[in-house]
Amino acid sequence: MKKLIAFLCLLASGTAYAAGAQVHLDTWPEARGRNLAALQNGARLFVNYCMGCHGASLMRWNRLNAIGLDDRQIRDFLIFGNQKVGDTMSIAMRPADAKAWFGKMPPDLSVITRARTSFDYKGTDYLFTLLRGYYRDAASPTGWNNVVYPNIGMPHILWELQGPRETTIERIHHESGGRGLVREVSVFDAAGNATVTRTPVQGHAAEGTTFSFKAADPALARQFDAEAADLVAFLAFVTDPSATTRVRIGVWVLLFLAFFTVLAWWLNREYWKDVK
Amino acid sequence: MPLHKTEHKGVLGWIDQRMPSIMAEYKKHLSEYYTPKNFNFWYFFGSLAIVVLVIQITTGIFLTMHYKPDARHAFESVEYIMRDVPGGWFIRYMHSTGASFFFIVVYLHMFRALLYGSYRTPREMVWIFGCLIFLVLMGEAFFGYLLPWGQMSYWGAQVIVNLFSAIPVIGPDLSVLIRGDFVVSDATLNRFFALHVIAFPLILVGLVAAHILALHDVGSNNPDGVEIKETLSPSTGRPLDGIPFHPYYTVHDIMGLGVFLIVFFSVLFFMPEMGGYFLEWNNFIPADPLQTPSHIAPVWYFTPYYSILRATTEPFMVALAAGLAVYALLLFFTLRSRVAKYAVLAVSAVVIVLMVGGPLKLDPKLWGVVLMGASVLIFIALPWLDCSPAKSMRYRPAWHFWLLIGFVVVFLVLGYFGTQPPSPVNERFSQIGTLLYFAFFLLMPWWSRMGEFKPVPSRVTFAAH
Repeated sequence: MKKLIAFLCLLASGTAYAAGAQVHLDTWPEARGRNLAALQNGARLFVNYCMGCHGASLMRWNRLNAIGLDDRQIRDFLIFGNQKVGDTMSIAMRPADAKAWFGKMPPDLSVITRARTSFDYKGTDYLFTLLRGYYRDAASPTGWNNVVYPNIGMPHILWELQGPRETTIERIHHESGGRGLVREVSVFDAAGNATVTRTPVQGHAAEGTTFSFKAADPALARQFDAEAADLVAFLAFVTDPSATTRVRIGVWVLLFLAFFTVLAWWLNREYWKDVK
Repeated sequence: MPLHKTEHKGVLGWIDQRMPSIMAEYKKHLSEYYTPKNFNFWYFFGSLAIVVLVIQITTGIFLTMHYKPDARHAFESVEYIMRDVPGGWFIRYMHSTGASFFFIVVYLHMFRALLYGSYRTPREMVWIFGCLIFLVLMGEAFFGYLLPWGQMSYWGAQVIVNLFSAIPVIGPDLSVLIRGDFVVSDATLNRFFALHVIAFPLILVGLVAAHILALHDVGSNNPDGVEIKETLSPSTGRPLDGIPFHPYYTVHDIMGLGVFLIVFFSVLFFMPEMGGYFLEWNNFIPADPLQTPSHIAPVWYFTPYYSILRATTEPFMVALAAGLAVYALLLFFTLRSRVAKYAVLAVSAVVIVLMVGGPLKLDPKLWGVVLMGASVLIFIALPWLDCSPAKSMRYRPAWHFWLLIGFVVVFLVLGYFGTQPPSPVNERFSQIGTLLYFAFFLLMPWWSRMGEFKPVPSRVTFAAH
């Protein structure tokens, strides 16, 4: 019975939690996806920071026309190698090398916001929180860790844009072997050195992980939130480039069909008038 | 040979003189096919199923022009269609949305049959062809789902093909034969492509033709379950409650088509993934034979049957065997023929031994496959299971209707749990659902006779517009 109640509660709760990390995800500001300047800024960040390791190999460069860039701008500002505007946005890193360097090939990001969506949360929210969820962790091989994706292989490529931060992660969980809940607070300083305190929980508390950051330069960190939102906007565009066209045409199609259906209803009524 | 005598003039007359079957068939199936005039909302879904079939075939032809059935290129060729082929995203979304709407429309079409007893005498052949269409449609959808070559395509196919390996003796070889390889691979993709684009569509179109021919031989049922051919006009010899299909039901169905297309295109243009039900999120990750997704779920239209498959676990076999024993006794005390009585006991005893009989029992996985198959095939038996004196729910006891609604709820609950990852709650609900699902059908010969029936009128209920 308890399980059933827990299950029904789970069904009822609409909040977004990432399956692996069990942390609350921030909401990506969707308006950025309709803003051409934001999409172009996202494209700039993508080619400068992401495309060393991640391709978008199902997307052609000149499809970026749709976010207001002409072929010359794409060639001059976005393509760094010798690719043509009609080529796909692929990268030079070979999978075998990537495996040796990172343990696995970094995923292609052509359809990433859809691939990261689930019944519980949107891929855009996941990526928006992931990009802003890095913290210094001296114990990790790259020196970086992530609250959304613990022990992530990718280091914080965009760290300069965000500036150093101090991170507090509070995890309430059942201690292995012991009874009762434990509150584990880990404070990571800007260099990634952790101070962990464990205290038994008095009374009732929900299991789960919460986190908070203290930025050395709060204005810079806030600026970074906007940059991350733009980058996610670009990834969402790359994932489904027909989305805006689709919605625009869709409105007209539905208007036509509404008109058509009224005519059909009228025709039907005229014919059926004689049926007694 | 002299020219055929024609009543038509001009070009049509010239053609009719030389090929009279065109106008003869036109009259037989459209302008002089007498249809009950009291059709309601539920009667739109037959013609809509044809519309969706046409959408699937037309868009399918265009997709085939650009799609590459090659494990190395399949995933990217779908995205190539979505991005680089002019209007490609529209064609692809038509096809993916159409697949789900095919099942929506067919399920509603089948519900109509259950509501008004459309499978009863003399329409058994119509019903059997309909059930075969449903089976072939499931195969068609299954083969098509492998083609985008995403993680769900790959692992879904892997799970379903592996089911065949549960069949004793021939199972393992049979599953290799289906895949053309020891795992789902390029060979599998190629043969599924062949089956999806030519073999199954041909069978499907043939069965649809048979379904309609069978229907037009006996005439359509209607919400009252009244046979309109039993009340003919003395002057014309035509059914008094019938009207020509064309133009009355053609204009009527065009109106229904308008409403349907509004719903269809609302999904297509504004939510083509339909929240991960029409296009599963995991299927945007290319197939990776080395990485099993944490949760494999079939597309929504298969999930009720998938739930029945998953419900069949070792402990559940005891409940199933007990259910079968009770059912055998029920048959034993109701059947009149002595031979049939003892045949039922003998067969049930053998099946129960195979279900729970220690060393003789078969793998529960195999029983799961058997039950999943039975849950689809049992629809074919409906004309013989339903013994109600009235065809239509309108003249049957109200609780019969609510029982049918209860069955629909069980079907939807099974469907819901089929989309969810396995859990103890899921398993228990699926098991209860499985028992109720089969009880609805297997107990029908008893419950469908019970209760108070209203007198069935000789003419249909119809109010002029």
